[in-house]
Amino acid sequence: MSWITTVLANSFMPVPGTDLAKDVDALYAFLIISSLISFVILIGGMTWFLIKYKRTSIDQKSAYITHNNFAEFTWSFIPLLILLFIFYWGMVLFNDLRIPPQDVASEIHVTAEQWAWTYRYKNGKELYSSANEAMVVPVNKATKIILTSKDVIHSFYVPAFRVKQDAIPGKFTELWFTPNQVGEFIVFCTEYCGTKHSGMMIKIKSVPTEEYVAWYYSETKAATDPASKGKLLFAQKACVGCHSLDGTRVVGPSFKGLYGAERKFTDGSKALADENYLKESILVSNAKIVENYAPQMPLYQGQLSDDEVANLIEYIKTIK
Amino acid sequence: MSATQVTTHHAAHSEHDYLNHQKGIWSWMTTIDHKRIGLMYLLTVGTLFLIGGFFAMGIRLHLAKFGATPLLEPDTYNKFMTFHGAIMVFMVIIPGIPAFLGNFVLPIQLGAKDVAFPRLNLASYYIFVAGALLAASSMYFNQVDTGWTFYTPYSTAKTGNGVILLVMGAFTMGFSSILTGLNFIVTTHKLRAPGMTMDRIPLMVWALYSTSIIQILATPVLAITLLLLAAEKTLGVGIFDPDLGGDPVLFQHFFWFYSHPAVYIMILPAMGVISELVTAFSKKTIFGYRAIAYSSVAIAAVSFLVWGHHMFVSGQSTLAGIVFSLITMFVGVPTAIKLFNWISTMYRGTISFHAPMLYAIGFMFLFTIGGLTGVFLASTGIDIHFHDTYFVVAHFHYVMVGGTLMALMGGIFYWFPKMFGRMSSDLGGRISWVLIFSGFNVTFYPQFILGAMGMPRRYFDYLPEYTSLNQISTVGSWLIGLGFVVGLVTIIHGILRGEKASDNPWGARTLEWQTSSPPPHENFVNTPQVTAGPYDFR
Repeated sequence: MSWITTVLANSFMPVPGTDLAKDVDALYAFLIISSLISFVILIGGMTWFLIKYKRTSIDQKSAYITHNNFAEFTWSFIPLLILLFIFYWGMVLFNDLRIPPQDVASEIHVTAEQWAWTYRYKNGKELYSSANEAMVVPVNKATKIILTSKDVIHSFYVPAFRVKQDAIPGKFTELWFTPNQVGEFIVFCTEYCGTKHSGMMIKIKSVPTEEYVAWYYSETKAATDPASKGKLLFAQKACVGCHSLDGTRVVGPSFKGLYGAERKFTDGSKALADENYLKESILVSNAKIVENYAPQMPLYQGQLSDDEVANLIEYIKTIK
Repeated sequence: MSATQVTTHHAAHSEHDYLNHQKGIWSWMTTIDHKRIGLMYLLTVGTLFLIGGFFAMGIRLHLAKFGATPLLEPDTYNKFMTFHGAIMVFMVIIPGIPAFLGNFVLPIQLGAKDVAFPRLNLASYYIFVAGALLAASSMYFNQVDTGWTFYTPYSTAKTGNGVILLVMGAFTMGFSSILTGLNFIVTTHKLRAPGMTMDRIPLMVWALYSTSIIQILATPVLAITLLLLAAEKTLGVGIFDPDLGGDPVLFQHFFWFYSHPAVYIMILPAMGVISELVTAFSKKTIFGYRAIAYSSVAIAAVSFLVWGHHMFVSGQSTLAGIVFSLITMFVGVPTAIKLFNWISTMYRGTISFHAPMLYAIGFMFLFTIGGLTGVFLASTGIDIHFHDTYFVVAHFHYVMVGGTLMALMGGIFYWFPKMFGRMSSDLGGRISWVLIFSGFNVTFYPQFILGAMGMPRRYFDYLPEYTSLNQISTVGSWLIGLGFVVGLVTIIHGILRGEKASDNPWGARTLEWQTSSPPPHENFVNTPQVTAGPYDFR
């Protein structure tokens, strides 16, 4: 089927990262070819008529033709057959794309939130997009992703795998893929979710099985000092979604050089960013609002222990 | 030889036509003349189109990334794309052809003095204006950033209260849509001229009639949905927000149950305009009158059963996805029927290429691409990849702009002499067509490629490999903008300075061309007697 290869070389689809993606591309190639033929028949026919039957004088007469039942039948029935064929091909693919195989090698719980992803493995390993971590999966083995969301609807889209599934708060959805090569594949959020919708990009990293197994059973280096624990918490709670580390303005103020700086608030008052100010701002975020910002941060009162707050403050101190 | 026998009083021509039947701004604001109400919609919708277009240009300029720093803040960008979508969908494309062209043309084409309920018609206009003002007030109080689809729980739980204003604006405009639809249906059934049987009504009327059915049946569902959304946001009633025990996907079902039929509210009237243009400028009887008329009704009927194709990846069951995909394929058949019939109408005709016909040809070209790429999206296996990418953006702009706006522009230039009694410059119309048609393809064709590459829609920022195509797209948007400026200048120049138009400058056969240009206050001096079909060019 060399025509498929020729079409696909010019189709701009991302390099397929699964065998199923190649099957999707075959249908895509068929659709492009059949659309081109239909377009040439319709618009080519129209153009031919436009040239041939151009009006040359004002009193020129047109033919009087009202209808033709055979023609009407033909151009209803043939498109119907083609459309049903495309429907059937799409349905077969859809089933394959949606229903995971029996022998799933790894299952990952993926939780979306504004504007970060968390991936949890079966043995308790947790990775965070906010810590710039890629999702590690084995090559040539099926991976199933169980999706949900903490806040609004997000969507998990891997262009190279041709798969996409919405992550919905309050319920689970799933998608699966078997990467056919070692490499990194980009993941986008494709359901509009607010300010940093386009920033929810992560990577899936497919690695050889041995490497995956070694990684999977490796000890996660537990953080011991308060600042490192705070850094982990900063990733887990997706603080980075709203607070940058490099001084850029996102939703909330940046943490760069925050500790010890003077803060100006919307009511005109000022305060020094010390431990007590930071604690209050984390737990009861609406108490003091920094000038030019809106009160948008959720309350963390009752959700963070005193130790956790202390660790976060220690981490904030390290961001100079 | 005309198929209709109408006596026109040319003496009455310039003194007592509808434009100067009464004078002064107050006579316009309180008019119950469908023609004047149509022109008031033109002014209102035209203004809104310029505002929506401003936001579109802003979006494109931002996405070109010409400067080192982004043009818009992320939140500003999200507000731009929301306003562009909401204004263009609810305030331009939906009312554009039915409320403006439909109001002007439908009663005259039927040989009626006015619509069945003229006062209700005026009320529809003011309800529309009230809704538009309510929606626009959100720009002042609290700008909305949800996108025009208001997906929950983002809209109810995570964004400002401006969404209530915008949603209630759309709710209010819905009533205008329902009442206009009701008016058209009753007018079509009850006020046809003697001899105007149902198989002699022009195809524009058939299209508006099918549209009206959808407006009456589907709009209440949107109204209820938007009311529930506002109730959840104001009263905390849990319907869509999972934190309150609701189901966010339920909103999508409700929303698309209206908004998919609404897509046909947008395109069916455009198809009606094209039927008029193709026959008039080919000087030939329409090929397959019944096929075109009934395919409009068929599209209207099927449109209610396909909403789930917006939700293939929303978590609805695989079986539901397959069923919706199958039913969606059936929309392709009546659509193909129309295209083939229009092209067959050109066969052995005598075709002239005035500006309205160029717009009709542009419609055929762009709508065919829009329709064929629709098949890609209807096919479940492929849609998973294309869903919510720029492929979808390109597809619906080819249908909505390449289809509906092309037909609207063609319709304006076609009925211009009837509306204003003057001719607009044909050269101006043609130049605007060249700019819009070419600019449109430069803008939106690259977006199909961006979608295939995987670029998601509603993105403030994107990967470097998408940059050059985005820049091409932005340059195209300037051509479109320039084209509409030329179009606007041509229209204003035509109204003020155009040559006096004859009653039937295009040699068309439908009833509106058998009365004077512009028509008298109640359209016809004597009630027309209809003795043949609408496109009898023998």
